[in-house]
Amino acid sequence: MNCLSGTLVHETGTVRFAGRDLAGLGPHQRTRLGLARSFQLPRPFASMTVADNVRVPLLYAAGSRRGRRLSEREIGERVAAVLESMALTERARSFPRDLTQVDMRKLELARALAAEPRLLIADEAMAGLSQSEVDDIVALLIRLVEAGITVILIEHIMSAVMRFSQRLVVLVSGRKIADGDPVEVMRNPEVERAYLGQ
Amino acid sequence: MPSLDLVLNALTAGLLLGGFYAAVTAGISISFGILDIVNIAHPAFVILGSYAAYTLNTAFGLDPILAGVLVLPAFYALGALVYQVYYASFERRGEDSLRGLAFFFGLLFIAEVGLILGFGVDYRTVDAAYGEGSIDLGPVQLPLRMLVPFLVSLAMLAALQLLLSRTFLGRAVMAVAQDPLALKLLAIDPVRVRRIAFAVSVATCAMAGAFLIVIQPIEPSIGREYIGRVFAICVLGGLGSLPGTLAAAVLLGVVESFTSTFYGPSWAPAIAFGLLLITLAVRPAGLFGR
Amino acid sequence: MRTSLFVTLVAAVAAALFALAVASGSDYLLFAGYTVLQFVVLATAWNILGGYTGYVNFGSAAFFAVGAYTSVFFHKAYPLPIPVLVMIAAVVAGLLGLGMGYLTLRLRGAFFSIATLALAVVLQTVVVNWHFLGGSRGAYIIRPALAPIPGLTYIQYLVLVMLVLAAGALIAARTIERSKLGTGLAAIRDDEVAAESVGVPTLRLKLIATTLSGALMGMAGAPFPYYIGYIEPHSAFGLPYAVNAIAMPMIGGTTHWAGPLIGAVLLGSLQQIATVTISSAVNLLIVGLLLVGFVIVAPNGIVGLWQSLFGRDGQGWRRFSRSTRSASGSADSSRSTRSA
Repeated sequence: MNCLSGTLVHETGTVRFAGRDLAGLGPHQRTRLGLARSFQLPRPFASMTVADNVRVPLLYAAGSRRGRRLSEREIGERVAAVLESMALTERARSFPRDLTQVDMRKLELARALAAEPRLLIADEAMAGLSQSEVDDIVALLIRLVEAGITVILIEHIMSAVMRFSQRLVVLVSGRKIADGDPVEVMRNPEVERAYLGQ
Repeated sequence: MPSLDLVLNALTAGLLLGGFYAAVTAGISISFGILDIVNIAHPAFVILGSYAAYTLNTAFGLDPILAGVLVLPAFYALGALVYQVYYASFERRGEDSLRGLAFFFGLLFIAEVGLILGFGVDYRTVDAAYGEGSIDLGPVQLPLRMLVPFLVSLAMLAALQLLLSRTFLGRAVMAVAQDPLALKLLAIDPVRVRRIAFAVSVATCAMAGAFLIVIQPIEPSIGREYIGRVFAICVLGGLGSLPGTLAAAVLLGVVESFTSTFYGPSWAPAIAFGLLLITLAVRPAGLFGR
Repeated sequence: MRTSLFVTLVAAVAAALFALAVASGSDYLLFAGYTVLQFVVLATAWNILGGYTGYVNFGSAAFFAVGAYTSVFFHKAYPLPIPVLVMIAAVVAGLLGLGMGYLTLRLRGAFFSIATLALAVVLQTVVVNWHFLGGSRGAYIIRPALAPIPGLTYIQYLVLVMLVLAAGALIAARTIERSKLGTGLAAIRDDEVAAESVGVPTLRLKLIATTLSGALMGMAGAPFPYYIGYIEPHSAFGLPYAVNAIAMPMIGGTTHWAGPLIGAVLLGSLQQIATVTISSAVNLLIVGLLLVGFVIVAPNGIVGLWQSLFGRDGQGWRRFSRSTRSASGSADSSRSTRSA
């Protein structure tokens, strides 16, 4: 995950995104190419309002794939649109410390989304949330997929995984043990053993 | 071509100096290296230790290093107090980077100005039985005022190493650096462990300060010369490893000693900084780092 | 407030201050005013890196002294007018900042701070060993009798230069704060990993901030030899500059351009008064105590106290009431459910 987004440098193998080798590119360059991530533990910009948090990627990432800077008005409109899609509009002027857990996760996704990614890596976006909140987030993620964004969901909450996934990959200590249709993967005895423990 | 005698003497002087540098750095290796507390006031505490030794020496004629041992509890208490304030004001609030640094910088400054107010800016010295004289090994001279601090310093490092590696407390300190949460589950209070470790790191300043005033005359602002040195050694030694600290300290001591022998002592302070920058740029994990 | 209006306002205040100082006819006021203005520039410069970006520079004295010694160098080699010296000092100190940043800014912030602290010691060593610059004995700069602007005494001219620098620094700081750059810097300060992940080129922005900050500090130092008349390394690289450059923004408030200004005017004036009435060592002690006191008790400085009382956009009360509401909201969302 950290190798994909460029936070850590991988020692072997290559990371290719949209046909391009990402070796040597820093995280910010990868984001600009359209590879965005959210963090497992939310890492909002604490001194900024929710709206300003979302503005940062619009200033720094969203323009680069269009080949031009966005105007102030466009940015304002995009902020409003992203917050709307994440149901955060009412929170626009709040500071992160005043948010609930679920709103914090939504902000995390909203900020990643504002970078206008083609691929979004959602790292345990639902850990620790209640069932209804999980449903909330899953619904939001499904809407993103419908809008044409590929989502890699890293998740332990199986109900969310099964509802969301089109393709399921199971990794155990860095080794891939299963890959394919979610329902079939779940029938794989090795997966069952890995998930429940021996 | 410099004479062999000169080279040998520079080498021994560097070794002895290195042992002393290790004593000055040992505390930083604990606070910065293990606890991740950027205590830039550490050298100022060392100077405080020097003045404590100076005061006891002039008032009661006490041996300066013995005086250092006597004030150990006071420095331990000072360290515990500083940590408590640091913890309550910054660490707990998660604001330890910017404001924590400013806090220690303020302490450094207060200590220095306080000493200027108390003792003035004149150089101070102490009387010690080993202040003069030396042991001659052939052409090599071992001045006692360097040799005695060197030996006591090695003893102190050995004691610290035993404390960290063999005692329950020491292992708790190493554990708290890696995973404070796990420690909490074992019903050990990580804040308490960190406080004790930080207090120990400040206590070493009492000894290091006593060594310093035996080795050279001191004045309040001299501590600044040691900031570059201690952090260079700490980083070079691999952040938090006492054997690494000793090796790096000896390396710096030897390099500085050769520089002052062959280029003049006024260039010596720049050496540590050069070493620090090169280390940071090339190998931030240190010479002996993981 | 529109930027053009702000610039006009700053220029008007500066002009009024200068007219008042000249009209007073008091040389003491001019000398004291110069020092306070110099601290406004230093504090504002420090804050661009420290306050906006979150990287602590302990070597303000080094950048300041580099500016001052650039002037000494040209004074001896090839005398130039002060505004030109200010520009040269900006380039030299800016490059120094860039170089330092390039070597240490890829690492954790603490390493950068430690390196800046040691930088002052090294540059001092260089100057002590550089006899052309006066070495450890120091250098005398004989101030020209006449200012290049007719009708002004030399000290009035120096105050004018520093006033322009201070106004320029404030305008620059405010512009940065409200620009794309300022937003990026704030993101770095809040969370560097997250900033990087949303496309902020963190290393480049940090280098820009370090260079700008260093250049401004160098500019503040350039006229100093002409002001003081005699400069020696021990005082030019002295800790008081470094401490003041940190204490002033910390006390005033680091996230707003007005913070360093408030801190510099308050602390600077206080020190001018204390130096005359008590002693200079005592007033430095006061600065140190104030710094420690403020970072513990009022971490966001005077501007922060103001904002918490009256709100950022007059919204403080609303934010307060909102935070009490959301606190009860987060309690029931902390339940964790993990179903297989």
